[in-house]
Amino acid sequence: MKKILLMGNPNVGKSVVFSRLTGVNVIQSNYPGTTVGFTKGHLKIGKNEMDIIDVPGTYSLSPSCKAEEVARDMFFDEKPDLIINVLDVTNLERNLYLTLQILEKNIPTVILLNMWDAAKRKGIHVNLEKLQEIIGLKVIPAVAVTGEGIKDLVNIIDEITLNKNIKLSKIPKMDDSEKWAFIGEILSEVQKIEHRHPSLLEKLEDASVKPFSGIIIAIIVLFITMQVIIGIGEFLINYILDPLYYQYYGPFITSLVQNSIPTGFIHDILIGSGYEYETSFGLLTTGIYVIFAVVLPYILSFYFILGFLEDFGYLPRLAVLLDSIMHKLGLHGYATIPIILGFGCNVPAMLSTRILEGKREKFIATTLIAISIPCMAQTAVIIGLLGKYGIQYIILIYGTLLILFIVLGSILNFLLKGESPEIFFEIPPYRIPHMETLLKKTWMRVKGFLLEALPFVFLGILAINILYLIGVMGALSNLLSPIMSQMLGLPDQAIDALIMGFLRKDLATAMLAPLNLSPNQLVVACTVLATSFPCIATFVVLIKEIGVKDMLKTVVLMLSVALITGTILNLILNGLL
Amino acid sequence: MITLVELKNGKNATIKKIEGGPGLKNRLEVMNLREGKRIRKTCSAPLHGPVVLEIDGFKMAIGRGMAKKVWVEEI
Ligand SMILES: Nc1nc2c(ncn2[C@@H]2O[C@H](COP(=O)(O)OP(=O)(O)OP(=O)(O)O)[C@@H](O)[C@H]2O)c(=O)[nH]1
Ligand SMILES: [Mg+2]
Repeated sequence: MKKILLMGNPNVGKSVVFSRLTGVNVIQSNYPGTTVGFTKGHLKIGKNEMDIIDVPGTYSLSPSCKAEEVARDMFFDEKPDLIINVLDVTNLERNLYLTLQILEKNIPTVILLNMWDAAKRKGIHVNLEKLQEIIGLKVIPAVAVTGEGIKDLVNIIDEITLNKNIKLSKIPKMDDSEKWAFIGEILSEVQKIEHRHPSLLEKLEDASVKPFSGIIIAIIVLFITMQVIIGIGEFLINYILDPLYYQYYGPFITSLVQNSIPTGFIHDILIGSGYEYETSFGLLTTGIYVIFAVVLPYILSFYFILGFLEDFGYLPRLAVLLDSIMHKLGLHGYATIPIILGFGCNVPAMLSTRILEGKREKFIATTLIAISIPCMAQTAVIIGLLGKYGIQYIILIYGTLLILFIVLGSILNFLLKGESPEIFFEIPPYRIPHMETLLKKTWMRVKGFLLEALPFVFLGILAINILYLIGVMGALSNLLSPIMSQMLGLPDQAIDALIMGFLRKDLATAMLAPLNLSPNQLVVACTVLATSFPCIATFVVLIKEIGVKDMLKTVVLMLSVALITGTILNLILNGLL
Repeated sequence: MITLVELKNGKNATIKKIEGGPGLKNRLEVMNLREGKRIRKTCSAPLHGPVVLEIDGFKMAIGRGMAKKVWVEEI
């Protein structure tokens, strides 16, 4: 089967083109480094079938981070039959450099000039015929987000992969300075730029990185973000999901199971002790409730707002503002992006650390995220448990995690040899998010959450029921009871929750609900749960990303940090320190 | 000639020289930060943060250490 590679600079719209061609959804955002691995998709034109691969963006064929390495390796090792070189037409000069590097390798190539709409707005005119003539290849203008130009692209792909009409560029090999000179010549021939006054958005772009206005804007954005996430989440729970569960689903499912399955093990596993979610611990009661009525609403609101900020282009600006502080923790500003993704789910956050340059940075970033960034699933349950006692308890947990983040970062920065590399990246323009793309992305992430949460939460509930039945839980509780009561001030039963933390943080946190803990005890337990161990999904990605040895270090660190922090918190909250 | 760090906010300048090894030079160059290019410095980020600059309307952030190696002439 023919193989087609999508190559180009970061943030030019490759992933949007990929989704358009293959129907496979991949995450697309307005910052460089969205795609960090490759995704394969399939395109069928009549009887002509082919594989299309979405690749991380890169500025050249000599990589400067892991994500760019993936791009280079794909280009050289995959032996593509055709390259679709996607360019941002508003920045032709820089984009053409990679194009010239690609054309040197004599692989059939199509040039897609994306962001044609943005070019129009900016007053940039490109003479397509002339460009086509100079490069000697087919050049197609496109607006990937609306699908404009994709049909033409498909036609060309069809022709070339059927071995018709293959043209290779006749541009000779050049060294770097010749390349730039040649690009200069091309542009003077094909490009005309009208002068336009900066738009309101462009003025806002500058204001968001300047020291004073930038910090004010950041505070406003963070405040609004939190308000809206919590607002939407609470609304969905209080007015839609809770009533649905308690008035319709709960009574219905309990009577259904009671009428059809005799009391006994299976009955208990399915609906536990009834539909009161806190105490029931049945698959179809607590399991369903935690996923759909506690966590899902927050996942939905978080990813919608995150997607908005991503597509608007705000995150890189936050990265610039935080750069100095991050340097004190052995990272640089761009680590802000994986960290923010981590508040949604730690798994994509770990992958996203591939945009960082060095091994040391990657280790620090992954460790800090694993220890001190709680995912949205866990946050949702924490809000559910502690919200009724007052916001101060939630602030206490997040404050503790923030202190941990800073202290641990500083220590790691001090202990680990080597310097943290400097920040150097392109700050994308602000764009008004394209609603359809934003909704699609939100849905994709929510679906991802459900696909992962459902099996693990069910598995977890099954495991608890079985472990209780055979008495393992009792024995473990006895064994660890001194640690629990003397160091953390928690009852023995809380050990079940901590163990479950290895499987799923949301379910584990929800297991604290029936224990009648005081708010202070809940704070200790939630903090220990957040810091102690990565959930199984994160654990697997961690091994892949940093290797077994570094992962073991991280885990030892996590366990010790969790115990120490929990003990100190317990002492402080009880006025003993 | 002054370095990017010394250039005042809001000023335009031409890049005259980039110090440092071929690795750094190449990294800057592929992002179109190269000798002869016109730039505009937007600002320095807070707390001695990176320099934010604009080339052909495209913005980028560059760490101070690197910015010190980029020599420019104000226009
Ligand atoms: N206005 C406009 N925006 C576009 C167009 N194509 C893509 N975008 C937006 O540009 C941003 C980047 O798109 P992606 O597809 O994530 O870019 P990418 O090339 O895959 O980026 P990396 O994965 O970081 O290399 C997204 O916010 C898109 O919605 C277009 O034709 N016009
Ligand atoms: Mg992409």
